Amino acid sequence: MTSQVSSPAGKSDETVVGEQRAPRIDRTGATDKEIRRLDRVIIRFAGDSGDGMQLTGDRFTSETASFGNDLSTLPNFPAEIRAPAGTLPGVSSFQLHFADHDILTPGDAPNVLVAMNPAALKANIADVPRGADIIVNTDEFTKRPMAKVGYAESPLEDGSLEAFNVHPVPLTTLTIEALKEFGLSRKEAERSKNMFALGLLSWMYNRPTEGTEEFLRSKFAKKPTIAEANVAAFRAGWNFGETTEDFAVSYEVAPASQAFPTGTYRNISGNLALSYGLIAAGRQADLPVYLGSYPITPASDILHELSKHKNFGVRTFQAEDEIAGIGAALGASFGGSLGVTTTSGPGVALKSETIGLAVSLELPLLIIDIQRGGPSTGLPTKTEQADLLQAMYGRNGEAPVPIVAPRTPADCFDAALEAARIALTYRTPVFLLSDGYLANGSEPWRIPEVDGLPDLRTQFATGPNHELADGTEVFWPYKRDPETLARPWAVPGTPGLEHRIGGIEKQDGSGNISYDPANHDFMVRTRQAKIDGIEVPGLEVDDPAGATTLVLGWGSTYGPITAAVRRLRAAGETIAQAHLRHLNPFPRNLGEVLRGYDKVVVPEMNLGQLSLLLRAKYLVDAQSYTQVNGMPFKAEQLATALKEAIDA
Amino acid sequence: MPDANELLQLVPKAEGKQSMKDFKSDQEVRWCPGCGDYAVLAAVQGFMPELGLARENITFVSGIGCSSRFPYYMNTYGMHSIHGRAPSIATGLATSRRDLSVWVVTGDGDALSIGGNHLIHALRRNVNLKILLFNNRIYGLTKGQYSPTSEVGKITKSTPMGSLDAPFNPVSLALGAEATFVARTVDSDRKHLTSVLRAAADHPGTALVEIYQNCNIFNDGAFEVLKDRERAEEAVIRLEHGKQILFGAEGSKGVVRDALTGDLSVVAVTEENKSRILVHDAHNPSPTTAFALSRLADADTLHHTPIGVLRSVERPVYDALMSDQLDTAIEQHGKGDLSTLLSGNDTWTVVG
Repeated sequence: MTSQVSSPAGKSDETVVGEQRAPRIDRTGATDKEIRRLDRVIIRFAGDSGDGMQLTGDRFTSETASFGNDLSTLPNFPAEIRAPAGTLPGVSSFQLHFADHDILTPGDAPNVLVAMNPAALKANIADVPRGADIIVNTDEFTKRPMAKVGYAESPLEDGSLEAFNVHPVPLTTLTIEALKEFGLSRKEAERSKNMFALGLLSWMYNRPTEGTEEFLRSKFAKKPTIAEANVAAFRAGWNFGETTEDFAVSYEVAPASQAFPTGTYRNISGNLALSYGLIAAGRQADLPVYLGSYPITPASDILHELSKHKNFGVRTFQAEDEIAGIGAALGASFGGSLGVTTTSGPGVALKSETIGLAVSLELPLLIIDIQRGGPSTGLPTKTEQADLLQAMYGRNGEAPVPIVAPRTPADCFDAALEAARIALTYRTPVFLLSDGYLANGSEPWRIPEVDGLPDLRTQFATGPNHELADGTEVFWPYKRDPETLARPWAVPGTPGLEHRIGGIEKQDGSGNISYDPANHDFMVRTRQAKIDGIEVPGLEVDDPAGATTLVLGWGSTYGPITAAVRRLRAAGETIAQAHLRHLNPFPRNLGEVLRGYDKVVVPEMNLGQLSLLLRAKYLVDAQSYTQVNGMPFKAEQLATALKEAIDA
Repeated sequence: MPDANELLQLVPKAEGKQSMKDFKSDQEVRWCPGCGDYAVLAAVQGFMPELGLARENITFVSGIGCSSRFPYYMNTYGMHSIHGRAPSIATGLATSRRDLSVWVVTGDGDALSIGGNHLIHALRRNVNLKILLFNNRIYGLTKGQYSPTSEVGKITKSTPMGSLDAPFNPVSLALGAEATFVARTVDSDRKHLTSVLRAAADHPGTALVEIYQNCNIFNDGAFEVLKDRERAEEAVIRLEHGKQILFGAEGSKGVVRDALTGDLSVVAVTEENKSRILVHDAHNPSPTTAFALSRLADADTLHHTPIGVLRSVERPVYDALMSDQLDTAIEQHGKGDLSTLLSGNDTWTVVG
């Protein structure tokens, strides 16, 4: 589906719209019911794990993306596939922020909460600001479900929700009623109540509906009755909004035409963008991609996605364990593929020894770590940035590995290409540190021109590269390129270059086993120098007003930090902002940037891992601001913390 | 499914005649003098020219342990990797490069302790790998602790009062792990070793060859009963496909199946039971009899140890199946177009 959105020529989005701006109301009243115009809305769908909230959120997101709003999403679900029904731990939610302007986060607090049961209400009510709309499924507010979550009295009746604009809707009853023609069992019919809710919200926000109907028909292509029942529930929800007096107004959020540069857009999640980035890297390097992986949340979707694209010559190997996943990827790299392994923190721990081997073998390899809450199993479905030091130092011996971190879901595409560039140019394993928030969150993405993607082609060794004293021409696997310090990549099948490599220390140049102390010292320093010497772009600082305080972040905190900075600037504060994409090596100018400010604040979703590195390397008093609750920072909270730092 | 020969044909042939010398690297061999590994190295180097494969298309991958130094001494491509992981690395190489002949060299500790998981999964997948498992029933490189194939009660540095755990029988293990080719041979019997290597090389899919190998430093004489001419007659059962399973002086002993239990046992051959002596069928689709044969040996005395090819059956090869899926995907969807992929089905356009 393609919709045309035109934006006034020459008008870019340099004038930033403050995120804290109150919804603007424009009474147009074009239909029977009043339509108010808003500049942005945050909706949260919340229900039981089995209620289909993620699907509902995804569909609303697709409708919103195709309408041309800017958007940002935050799925939030338990690690249990089906936690006990109706309980607090079983609540699954999906938050979507959409606007007529450029936005950066899924939003702090929802303007609308859809609560499918008492547990969903109880788990989410603390996040809902006074005056917000709450749509509740009254059918679930009976004695037992309420008792399960500790409501002695119905919150719908005891006055505790007086500060909110509550819309009681018997969603289950209405859905069953709407589907009575279909001859479904009560249980089957009830399942469509999420589509009823989606229909109602689609009416409330004037979303296009064709996409969802098409989606339902293709999803249930083999069960046409179920498909039509879902479509009917979806339409019933829409009609309910239009006809019921409880919903007096609907809202319009205009396309974010001015927020976007010219181009063709789609909505994309971080893991999908990363998967496409890997396929693109293979194409740009003219090498087959080989993914060795073991399923782990929240990284498995990359394995699923890449396994669908075998027609790009992509091989995916679901190994017996994490170690075999990276082993196979490294074996494929030895054979001349672009070897990739995907995992999360616990998997990285298991792969550490093989990463060390890759450092020693000096072969290209991509290690994709979709970070989640730790330590140990931790919080599998929640986000965290606490693997930075593991990626940096989590190996025996001096084993430096470059690290690249994407900043937004769509940026995962570019980060994958950048990680591949470093791996191939410098013949080294490279870490890509994404996280659960980027992986599952989504945003609009301007689809790049394939011709404009970077050229990642690299040369395999084809002949001897060294002459012995007696004039014999030989191949030395560890004779380096003097500029990059990369060693030649000689793949099996190349005549005359037969050689043996391994994890034992090797003689500089010849690559033969060597236990010579001076040689080991030289090789350790050379491997470090190779990584330190990797060319990475300088750090750009956004500092329009000559601030004295710098906020420096890395990875997925980009959205909340930037939103907080906008708020502060809109309130008249001066603050500089910079965001690191390369964590190893750091940009050359980083020390200079840090020394240019009186105060440096480093917000991280860990206990201060980047700030530790900065303090150690640059001797600067980097202040840490941290949060490890499994959720991204909220812009408001960060703005407050940064304001305190400015005023301190 | 392409047939077996077709799979093996993917590896390019050598131009001109090769000799054993072509397969010797310039590296000094550093095993202990008298180590059984020398004999295996010589047998492999001597046998390679027979395959006639381009040397640059042969790769040896090893883990960690004495035997895992093997690749350094072969003038082919090679990787000395990390402990236990050689099968996984070799799997990545073999499944991405079907034009290579990939060999794994491993030991009883490397393959059956730290790397046990990778070994069984390589076997069940049937990746085109030839795995040479050097079994000396001891840890050599770490200087003499008991291994997962050591006999119960073994006194070693780590078990001064004797080891407690029951050993693995690598052949039984491999058969249980769905291996399509399982053989056993002995380091000192060059002729037998070479014949088994030949059969393994001809097998499409994973071939596991257990090689009983003497560690003259930490477990000297572990297999002496199988090597000493006189005692070997009673101890070793030489299996040959299609032939009756006879051994002992002038074939005086044989293997029969117990009609009641179905199990195998050793009997003295008589006129009455002669017709009941089992005929070895390595190609039997059922692994039951091969497994029963693998259990004949006494773990302590090694009496009735079968050597030779216990099982050699054909099953689809993982690398071929993986490549077939790539071909099928292209047939069904055409060669991937990046631009189309990136666009997806749900786009909108912003015009200036």
